[in-house]
Amino acid sequence: MHGLVFDVAHLLAGSLVLISFIELYQDRLFALINIFAAHALVLALSVAWQAYVQEAPHLYITAAIALVFKAVVIPMALHRIIVRLGIHREIETVVGIGPAMLLGMGLVALSMVVMLRVTAEADPLAREDLAFSLSVVLLGLLLMVTRRNAVSQVIGFMSLENGLVLAATGAKGMPLVVEISVAFSVLIAFIVIGIFLFRIRERFDTVDVQALDRFRGERK
Amino acid sequence: MAVIGHFALQGVQMMLVLLLAPLLTGFVRKMKARLLRRQGPPLFQPYRDLIRLMRKEVVLAENASWLFRFTPYFVFATTWIAASLVPTFQSGLLFSWSTDLIALIALLGSARFFLALAGLDVGTSFGGIGSSREVMIASLAEPAMLMIVFTLALIVGSTQLSTMSAFMNSPAVGLRVSLGLGLIALVIVAIAENARIPVDNPATHLELTMVHEAMVLEYSGRHLALIELSAYLKLLLYVSLIACLFAPWGISATTVEPKTFVIGLAAYAVKLAAMSTFLAMFETAVAKMRVFRVPEFLGAALMMGLLATLLRFVSGSF
Amino acid sequence: MPGVALSLVGILLAAAAIAIPTSGTRMARPLVYGICLATTLCLMTVAATALIGKSATPSSLALPAGLPQLGAHFRIDALSAFFLFVVNLGATAASLFAIGYGRHEETPERVLPFYPAYLAGMNLVVLADDAFVFLVAWEFMSLTSWALVIANHKESDNLRAGYIYLLMASFGTLALLLAFGLLAGAEGNYTFAVIRSAPPSAGIAALILILAIIGTGSKAGLVPLHAWLPLAHPAAPSHVSALMSGVMTKVAVYGFIRIVFEMLGPPGWWWSVVVLVCGGATATMGVLYALMQRDLKRVLAYSTIENIGIIFSALGLSLAFKSEGLASIAALALTAGLFHIFNHSLFKSLLFFGSGAVLNATGERDMEKLGGLIHSMPQTAFVFLVGCMAISALPPLNGFVSEWLAFQAILLSPQLPLWSLKLIIPAVGALLALSAALAAACFVRAFGITFLGRARTPAASRAQETDRFSLTAMLILAALCLVAGILPGVFIDLLAATVQFLVGGRMPPQTGIEWLSIIPIAEGRSSYNGLLVFLFMIISGTLAAIAIHRLASDKVRRGPAWDCGYPDPSPLTQYSAASFGQPIRRVFGTIVFRAQEVGEMPPPASTAPARLTVKLSDLIWDTFYAPISGGITFAAEQLNRLQFLTIRRYLTLVFAALVFLLLVLAIWQ
Repeated sequence: MHGLVFDVAHLLAGSLVLISFIELYQDRLFALINIFAAHALVLALSVAWQAYVQEAPHLYITAAIALVFKAVVIPMALHRIIVRLGIHREIETVVGIGPAMLLGMGLVALSMVVMLRVTAEADPLAREDLAFSLSVVLLGLLLMVTRRNAVSQVIGFMSLENGLVLAATGAKGMPLVVEISVAFSVLIAFIVIGIFLFRIRERFDTVDVQALDRFRGERK
Repeated sequence: MAVIGHFALQGVQMMLVLLLAPLLTGFVRKMKARLLRRQGPPLFQPYRDLIRLMRKEVVLAENASWLFRFTPYFVFATTWIAASLVPTFQSGLLFSWSTDLIALIALLGSARFFLALAGLDVGTSFGGIGSSREVMIASLAEPAMLMIVFTLALIVGSTQLSTMSAFMNSPAVGLRVSLGLGLIALVIVAIAENARIPVDNPATHLELTMVHEAMVLEYSGRHLALIELSAYLKLLLYVSLIACLFAPWGISATTVEPKTFVIGLAAYAVKLAAMSTFLAMFETAVAKMRVFRVPEFLGAALMMGLLATLLRFVSGSF
Repeated sequence: MPGVALSLVGILLAAAAIAIPTSGTRMARPLVYGICLATTLCLMTVAATALIGKSATPSSLALPAGLPQLGAHFRIDALSAFFLFVVNLGATAASLFAIGYGRHEETPERVLPFYPAYLAGMNLVVLADDAFVFLVAWEFMSLTSWALVIANHKESDNLRAGYIYLLMASFGTLALLLAFGLLAGAEGNYTFAVIRSAPPSAGIAALILILAIIGTGSKAGLVPLHAWLPLAHPAAPSHVSALMSGVMTKVAVYGFIRIVFEMLGPPGWWWSVVVLVCGGATATMGVLYALMQRDLKRVLAYSTIENIGIIFSALGLSLAFKSEGLASIAALALTAGLFHIFNHSLFKSLLFFGSGAVLNATGERDMEKLGGLIHSMPQTAFVFLVGCMAISALPPLNGFVSEWLAFQAILLSPQLPLWSLKLIIPAVGALLALSAALAAACFVRAFGITFLGRARTPAASRAQETDRFSLTAMLILAALCLVAGILPGVFIDLLAATVQFLVGGRMPPQTGIEWLSIIPIAEGRSSYNGLLVFLFMIISGTLAAIAIHRLASDKVRRGPAWDCGYPDPSPLTQYSAASFGQPIRRVFGTIVFRAQEVGEMPPPASTAPARLTVKLSDLIWDTFYAPISGGITFAAEQLNRLQFLTIRRYLTLVFAALVFLLLVLAIWQ
């Protein structure tokens, strides 16, 4: 039932979950961006393996896009943004590292239970990949929720997106059109967020989103 | 005849680990020095240190009790037994079924229990620092190790080390996620248990950075020699454990044939050299952590072990 | 069989009666405790013969006492024989200990009459075969132990402890009363024989399970019903503390097993989940609390809570396997639980006896005031060390064997198809591993601060060794710990009858395995040999010692402590209990207890000392007990107003009640 194919796919998907855990754990921004680059690299490897296994050459292009954009271009750009914004300080997490890891474990357990129950009759390789992808999505959301810094929330959002790509490639037959549109929407979102971050910084001198609360309208 | 042969093999294993342990530490120290572009001490320096210490007179504190004098012998005996039961060049030795991996970890736990007590015996604050930090590290490293054991046992279907080693050597094992997680967690636990950088500095002279060294600060002479030898044995044990579980090539089931014996020994020597090189490079590249970041480091190992166990419970193909 | 046991219990009650008038005299103490010793020894033999004997058939006895239609039923079967053995083993050891320890009792008239009655009560609970006798004996056991808890009534802490104990005990009995009421059903047939033959329906069984967990769990010390245990167990005299922790908690577990494993029929799918969660949480919380305490007896009481958690986890595993029909694996988990019950009664009694010896010798229970006792009390220190090693689950002693068996059962759990179990069992396994490691830390701290180092107060330096009786009792228990660790196969086979009775399967027979190993499942899967480990340790240790002394050097010189060149003569500079626990407090305590360390530094040039205060908050007390007691106090205060009404208002009350009842009569059809 399992051969090398299964095992390598699981290994790569499991490494993706592990890297998401490591992202939860980081409190320095440069380290977080580097870990995210590793996340995207493993995603590219995983998509490439799926391309090899499913004999779907268009997935190689997806893997290349993930590698170039998410593992190289976006981390470099984020590096530059951070240096320009001047945030070299520690990230304050809202929840401590210990509880965040325990919550992460709970989320992984939850996604395992849900996915493996719901897809009981599907292909075993796809099922377990889906379970891992849901874990990555939930861990990305957890990262967004437990951070105050806007840049780390952006990274959480990108990790979430990586999880969705993993899910889409795991299920056979994802056309290239979908991936191109997804990639471009990511790029647009990134540009918008980048501009947004600069504007926030210019107006309020900080990218701490809690500070934004001060400037909401008066509540009656 | 065969029984005598098996007895002899077990005896060879026991003497082999005892004689190789200082050499392993000497090799690691030499590699670290070379990586720092120093000459470093000679390879056989740990042997000379041990012999020198054994010949010296023991200086005991006035209020040291019988427990202080008993501990080095106890720690040495348990660590030696534990190290002799890990397959090195052959698995399935005569008494290997008397302790499985869980009992092995508990044996090391007994040694640690007495060492922590000995740290408190003389009633100095350094001993207290060492013992309290050691039990904190142990309170996270032991559960992490047990989770790794669970993962392996759930894959292999047994907690016996020889069975595990044989299974890992067979084609049935596959390249599993939980094994990868287990390997990383085992390396982290091995670093913590052997008091290596980044958890503890084995060469430090600063009391505030000591854990293991602070517990044994009051020991001298032959007692100190036994404790140092036990520390070397423990490093050899963990390196052999990682080798027999995750790199079991060359280990065969016990036979008295000279050919398998030689192949096993050669493979073992290669594995020891490779892992000591990795350890030396890792220790040189990484800085020691603050004491209260160690629980996060070990907590990560515990989480990985728990995740691996959970994956095995959830599905048989993980 | 039950007749013999009952007559021995009768002798215990007679001893209690004799003790009432004579407890002031000098002879009373050895007489009463000696009678208890002999009687419990005989009861132990009765239990052993029932357990080992080929007569696996239970024997019962009905007496025409008690309720008119009911009578009193007593029975000895495999389950009650095992618990009878455990209870009386603990009682024998405690009676032997008390012959020496009781010399220092200030008010023997408050202890001597109640002690045999307490033993009688515990035995009667185990022997009971109908609900009435069970509950009466249960209450009798609670009341006599309450009297013993408030024996040292001069300290107000003890009175408060007794009050809370009485409240929780009554609450537990209420839950058990309801449980037995539901079990008896509409016909109201309270004999266990009838209850066994007609198991309740699934819904009622669920309710009975919850009530049984609340009722027996509060007596055993399950979190969150544990709050009375660390207050009451230390307050009693040490031999009674040993009995309460080592034996009475097991009687509560007996109640749980009797109801849930025997009378409720086939287990439902979710029952094991509840028990496992309770067990895992209790184990972790118990040991974390223990690490924060400075009173030696309170550390031991919290450690009891931890071990009860381990026992309940093993029982939960057994229920899970039983509900899937995997009888042999259920037998493995149940054997682990029962063996741990036996082991815990041994080493917990030993540890409490040790703390009693220390209390007698120094007058202190606070670890921060002790230290250096290994020099003045060497034999007590040695047996206490054996107890600490056993409770930390270190080979080759017995605590390790039961933990090992529990882990082997966990490793067989992926076969269970239930999803919730697939998630909970790894979590419980991790919690058990964590609590085992923390328990080792806790007992390094307890032994190290109390016995090692230098004496911190003059009281500690004036300590003297304890008397022969106490030492003999402790030595016997320590020897039993070693024997149970070296020859576990013997004990596993002795438990086979009980396990077969409860889950319908048993572990493979362990006698006759070569070298006396134990093989719980199958040959290639796992095995352990305590005897070989012990022998190897002794041989290699002695060989090393001889080799080094002959070939190298055996010279020893005494000098001052090195201490890195800065030895400090004040014994207060050595580590204290709070400082030893500081790393663990920082790692775990900040989350679980909201631990905070507040340092007050004096201003510069002031000679006042700096002060470090550790603030801990007991979250379970704050969220659970405090609101309930606040609510009860509020309700009571409101109702108190009824005391201060005028005569006219009282008359109005009576008039209103009359009118109300007339209205009811008028409207009701």
